[in-house]
Amino acid sequence: MNHTISPADQVTDTEAIRHVASSRFRFGDILAAGVGSMTRRGARSVLSALGVSIGIAALVAVLGLSDSSRAELSDRLDRLGTNLLVVTAGQGFGTETASLDTDAAARISHIGAVNEAAAVISTDLTLLRNEWMSTNDTRGLGVVGADATLLDTLNGTIADGEWPGDHWSTAPVAVVGAEAARRLGITSVADGPTVHVGNRDVTVVAILDPLSLAEDLDRAVIVSRPMAEQIAAADLSPTAIYIRTGAATVDAVRGLLPATVSPLAPEEVEVTRPSDALSAKESAEETFTALFLGLGAVALLVGGIGIANVMIISVIERRTEIGLRRALGARRRDIRRQFLSESVALGLAGGIAGVLMGSVATVVFARTQGWRVVIPPAAGVVGIVGAVLIGAIAGLYPAVRAARLAPTDALRGA
Amino acid sequence: MSALAPTRPVPPALELVAVGKEYAGSPPVRVLHGVDLRVDDGDFVTIVGQSGSGKSTLLHVAGTLDRPTSGRVLVAGVDTTELSDDQLAAVRSRHLGFVFQQFFLLEDLSALDNVALALAYQGVGMAERRTRAGALLDRVGLSHRVHHLPRELSGGERQRVAIARALVTDPSLLLADEPTGNLDSQSTRSILDLLHELHDEGVTILVITHDTSVAALAPHQITVADGRITADRR
Repeated sequence: MNHTISPADQVTDTEAIRHVASSRFRFGDILAAGVGSMTRRGARSVLSALGVSIGIAALVAVLGLSDSSRAELSDRLDRLGTNLLVVTAGQGFGTETASLDTDAAARISHIGAVNEAAAVISTDLTLLRNEWMSTNDTRGLGVVGADATLLDTLNGTIADGEWPGDHWSTAPVAVVGAEAARRLGITSVADGPTVHVGNRDVTVVAILDPLSLAEDLDRAVIVSRPMAEQIAAADLSPTAIYIRTGAATVDAVRGLLPATVSPLAPEEVEVTRPSDALSAKESAEETFTALFLGLGAVALLVGGIGIANVMIISVIERRTEIGLRRALGARRRDIRRQFLSESVALGLAGGIAGVLMGSVATVVFARTQGWRVVIPPAAGVVGIVGAVLIGAIAGLYPAVRAARLAPTDALRGA
Repeated sequence: MSALAPTRPVPPALELVAVGKEYAGSPPVRVLHGVDLRVDDGDFVTIVGQSGSGKSTLLHVAGTLDRPTSGRVLVAGVDTTELSDDQLAAVRSRHLGFVFQQFFLLEDLSALDNVALALAYQGVGMAERRTRAGALLDRVGLSHRVHHLPRELSGGERQRVAIARALVTDPSLLLADEPTGNLDSQSTRSILDLLHELHDEGVTILVITHDTSVAALAPHQITVADGRITADRR
């Protein structure tokens, strides 16, 4: 046999090797090795991916819930309208408290852009369930007198009974707010329940649903203004006037109101918009959202560290596998990709599980709150992409370590 | 392998020229001293030596798993001295098949997939890998154990799977490190018989062992002691 090799032959063979070296372990093999190894290490993989899933679930749930609650809030605002204004008497000069004119509501309703206006007067009349109750047992409820236009002005709805019509001013009938009805134990008006206002009984003809924009009325028993004055035996000036305007004319009406209500002392009139309070609630919730997002990010960080941990253990445990693969012809980058694909697979699995968990949590919680379920698609995408990135970052160091392992050391590690 | 033209003279499967290996330290440890050896195509060589004689280092250097400090290692005529790490991996994949004392089968993979794994690093498609792996398992007498996991196989059977894995790439040289070191006498016998059969079929084999009775069975025996070749009998 002739063993001499011509330089030309050797070059050809070396080039063949170079060529082979550039097209080896396929993407599918990397994926199979990574995912296969992850699925075979069942319990450990689940536990290590759990941290990331919890983090992603928290993020998705927080984003979903804050969007759902915002949707709920804006639904409520749409329903209630941002076009409700309230006029109250502000501070007068000196120590005296300013009061509103008794016919202020009527004057306001002459402004063209005002759709409805209703005055409300609070009284210091005692309210009892019936005349035999102790006068101390008022259950924190008050009596107010109101115009018949109140219900429409507030866009209020009736839980039971019927809003009294034109005959209200003279009839001894009352409407009770939602909370007042609960505290008085009145659930239905069918059998004509009565309450004791001042010195006389009045019949409850309607129970209101909660009024989001005028929550103090929820705790009130409402009679007509003339009836309130009659029982109190005094002329009472309005405490507040509710005004419903057109959606586009809120600001214009707001500017006109002080002079209309009190031409002599417009600065003593205070105008507020109750929906501003709801909007403020919305921005307060955003602060909480930011806080929970921060917590979710911490969970993600911990989850990433968990994956890195498991991967480092995996590299140590599989030293001989690494050595064997190198002996079979795996390049360093093949080993690196194999371990990287495993940690990415862990991150991906954690991300998918997290998005599912977060979505379920959002649906369940939103449903129990009676909210519209809103899960921003971006949260799902960001959740999964983020989890994959975390898997990749967490796996980088272990994978590089695995690839750096000298094959002889790896094979000795048995 | 089509890279080799049929008219071309077949180079030795392995050639070590004045190979020295030193491990850093103070003082540095010299494990191999100017080793020259040649394994011709179709040869069956055993290297026998006591533990600490440097035979494991010799196997690592010959298998391109480790680089010599001095001298040259040629595998199938390719001088590996100047090759990059990736190119060495390609040399191992194309030209060398390893068999280890501890088998080193992946516990999660069936016998078939363990054998097929060696082809994965040559970029062979999954279907072809399995076909060729099945053929090799048949050749080592394990056609009835194809889908068994390593833990369901006896020691001898596991080593047969490892031999099939080493041969599935059709290497220029089968490098076996104490292939019978973990086997009982009966399995040892059958593995040695298998190696002889393979040699008869044209496989080039280099076995490293401390067991002189194993070494004595080969037509070409090399003895190492203290990092030097002390005998080379054909």
